[in-house]
Amino acid sequence: MEQLLQQVASGLANGAIYALVALALVMIFVSTNHINFAQGEMAMFSAFICWQLIHWGYPFWIALPATMLFSFVIGVLIERIILRPLHTAPLLSVVVVFIGLLAIFHSLAGAIWTHTVKPFPSPFPNFSFAGSGIIGPHQIGMILVAVLILALLFCFFRFTPLGLAMRAAALNPTSARLVGINVDWMLALGWGLAATVGSVAGVLVAPVVYLEPNMMAGILLYGFAGALVGGISSPGGAVAGGFIVGVLENMVAYLGYMLERATGFYLIGNGEKLTVALLMVITVLTLKPSGLFGHVTVKRV
Amino acid sequence: MSNILEVENLKAYYGASQALHGITFSLVKGGITTLLGANGAGKTTTLRAICGMVRAEGFVAIDGEPVTGKATEAVVRLGVGHVPEGRGTFTELSVEENLRVAAYTRRDKAAVARDLEMVFTYFPRLKERMAQQAGTLSGGEQQMLAISRALMLGPRLMLLDEPSFGLAPLIVQEIFRIMRRINEEAKVSMLLVEQNAALALDLADHAYVLETGRVVMSGTSAVVKSDEQIRKSYLGY
Amino acid sequence: MATTMTTGTDTVDRAVSARIDARRGTPWWIWLGIAFAALLPLIGGRTGLISNFYFLQLSLMIVYSIAVLGLNLLTGFNGQISLGHGAFFAVGAYVTAILIDRYEMYYLATLPIAMLACFVVGYLFGRPALRLEGHYLALATFALAIAVPQFLKYRHFEPYTHGVQGINIFKPDPPFGMPLSPDQWLYLVVLACAVVMFIVARNIVHSRMGRAMMAIRDQPLAADTMGINSARTKSITFGISALYVGLAGALHAIIFEFVSPDSFRFELSIAILVGAVIGGIATLSGAVIGGFFVQFIEKYADAATKWVTQIVHLPIELEPWTIYGIVLILLMYTMPMGVAGGFASLWRKIRPPN
Repeated sequence: MEQLLQQVASGLANGAIYALVALALVMIFVSTNHINFAQGEMAMFSAFICWQLIHWGYPFWIALPATMLFSFVIGVLIERIILRPLHTAPLLSVVVVFIGLLAIFHSLAGAIWTHTVKPFPSPFPNFSFAGSGIIGPHQIGMILVAVLILALLFCFFRFTPLGLAMRAAALNPTSARLVGINVDWMLALGWGLAATVGSVAGVLVAPVVYLEPNMMAGILLYGFAGALVGGISSPGGAVAGGFIVGVLENMVAYLGYMLERATGFYLIGNGEKLTVALLMVITVLTLKPSGLFGHVTVKRV
Repeated sequence: MSNILEVENLKAYYGASQALHGITFSLVKGGITTLLGANGAGKTTTLRAICGMVRAEGFVAIDGEPVTGKATEAVVRLGVGHVPEGRGTFTELSVEENLRVAAYTRRDKAAVARDLEMVFTYFPRLKERMAQQAGTLSGGEQQMLAISRALMLGPRLMLLDEPSFGLAPLIVQEIFRIMRRINEEAKVSMLLVEQNAALALDLADHAYVLETGRVVMSGTSAVVKSDEQIRKSYLGY
Repeated sequence: MATTMTTGTDTVDRAVSARIDARRGTPWWIWLGIAFAALLPLIGGRTGLISNFYFLQLSLMIVYSIAVLGLNLLTGFNGQISLGHGAFFAVGAYVTAILIDRYEMYYLATLPIAMLACFVVGYLFGRPALRLEGHYLALATFALAIAVPQFLKYRHFEPYTHGVQGINIFKPDPPFGMPLSPDQWLYLVVLACAVVMFIVARNIVHSRMGRAMMAIRDQPLAADTMGINSARTKSITFGISALYVGLAGALHAIIFEFVSPDSFRFELSIAILVGAVIGGIATLSGAVIGGFFVQFIEKYADAATKWVTQIVHLPIELEPWTIYGIVLILLMYTMPMGVAGGFASLWRKIRPPN
């Protein structure tokens, strides 16, 4: 029983990261209909920035806001400089540009910080408490920070005029222009915010997976899956989807392990959990194409 | 300068094809002018060209300020409330959010609050539906919301694109009555595009008749209305 | 009802074929080029101008062209995006490798089997994936690309796949004692396969099936109302596309003499997609350019990186991927329709008016 709880807890902790990545993807998707395949590499790059700041002697809780600000600026610049000229380009061209960005961030990180794996200190104090056996302090910290970011974003979009304007620009750009909103800047801000959210995901997950240019590849995939399971056009759904995928992934491996212990037959292990989790996600999507929390958009022909 | 809107030799293009071939007209401050004509005559395009929503050449001035070539949002911030074709509802936002977002560019909170009250006196129905998702409103209510959105900008000029489209006659009458009140009480000048010529001529003081992107005739509503020839060949009633 | 359907399809047929017929027929210079390519082993090989290593490089380029062509049929002509075609490449390669290694089958005989296997896998995958569109299909194929290498390492398949170690096979000698090196002979085999596959692709695109594919891409709802069975067309297209990529994988296994799960990582799928887009989506000639791009870009990016590092004296040592990424982005700015599309529109601008 304790083992099962452990698995659920660490699934939730990973899920918090997937949720942040999913949210970053959705924030760009709702306003542009593009999936930013470079989101993971951008987050990885941010994590390296944070590592560098810490390495230079800044305390973590100064390095993190600085990293977030840096990521925000990078996100805005990418939208303004690289994606702006492609507003009317075919979808596939944009996909290739994202792949190009991915390659650039990946290789720059490798060139600047090399490909050797670096440990990343956990910012959360290591203390023991009642549930220590089930969940570690860093995992609790991951969940708390993720939830805090989500709550802040929710309040921003729900209660501030700028947040409302950004939603309006994403939902109906033409009408948004007609009420005086500068839609182009809203897109750039959306990119900036997405990059910021992604940077938090990167920094939080770095102590778990260790810092190296490849660290976000699998996480991006899980985040993507989470976003789609939740409904790609619904930020709340994406967050829920991220947590679902996180728990699902751990459950698959755990059940495989239990099965092998009980019957001696190896069916699923750590090597296959990604595949099986994705298979389940895809099954959900074939049965319910708009995702669990998404809604079907009716298009006029 | 007593003209709120000045349009000279306005040309507009969709891709390579030209939709407006040099249109000239003006709108007196406080007045209501209507653009009439058949489908494809260029009425909607004219409104879009004024707001910088299509590629356009020529001269357009709002209250003396040239706006040709400006971005839509910049034109709108001069006090132009465009009620677009198809109403442009933010279907996934609530009615309240639809109204609040329209006041996004305004810093004077007291004035915004006053305008919100004004909107509710015109359209009490919207007040009842404040928290409702705007996409679930009926067609008439969405049209009211679209007009209200334009009002929340605190406009000097409203551009109305077929406010009667797809609505039941009773509701159309109600909306047109309120448009007259807005014009008289809030002193908003209006440029009205309509297929329903009889209705538009009753409301407007001036009319321009468009055909394939050109003005073919113009005059006061009374003159246009009384001209049998125009009525039969262009207005079809 | 039946009559309406037939008339409907015919209208689509006629409308589309009017556009295509103008471009029908292969220009003489393409045949000349193929003849020249076929004579290369005689010209270059005999005189020693072209080493075996270069023949291997050329073969790989042609193999990637076949793969890019396969993806192009699906993405370019049918509008279905795939981030996972490396998976079919892997299936084709492993079918051939297992048949040669474990069942000692003649290498050429394994090709049709690999193709058939990939068609079946592709068709079966395409069937449920039909319900998925755009980004959902992208995820499903993405997952496929991740899953297949894991599958190849799966414990219970190890007797066949040898797990992470992969399978070694041997390069066949040319038949009838022909005076060619194995690399030269395989180059000819690959070239012949490519010529056949391109002709077949051209015929598919110009056939009723091809017109249905494009109708579904351009007007999915209209295609349905005109009686095109889009479910069937889409999954068959998926199968055909997988068949092409599978053949490419099988040929790759033979000329490379080795398969392993790590040769078919996600990067391969991305490389095929990038090749298709860079070459020119929905063009057959774009596949050749795309294959060239896939095979040679990394080498050139490497050289360019060294050159840049030398002349600019950067404080860090750049990696080739940076140049690769910049090239991708710049190409999409200058030629959003790919190199083939870019040349086509350039030609339309400069050709003399008739």
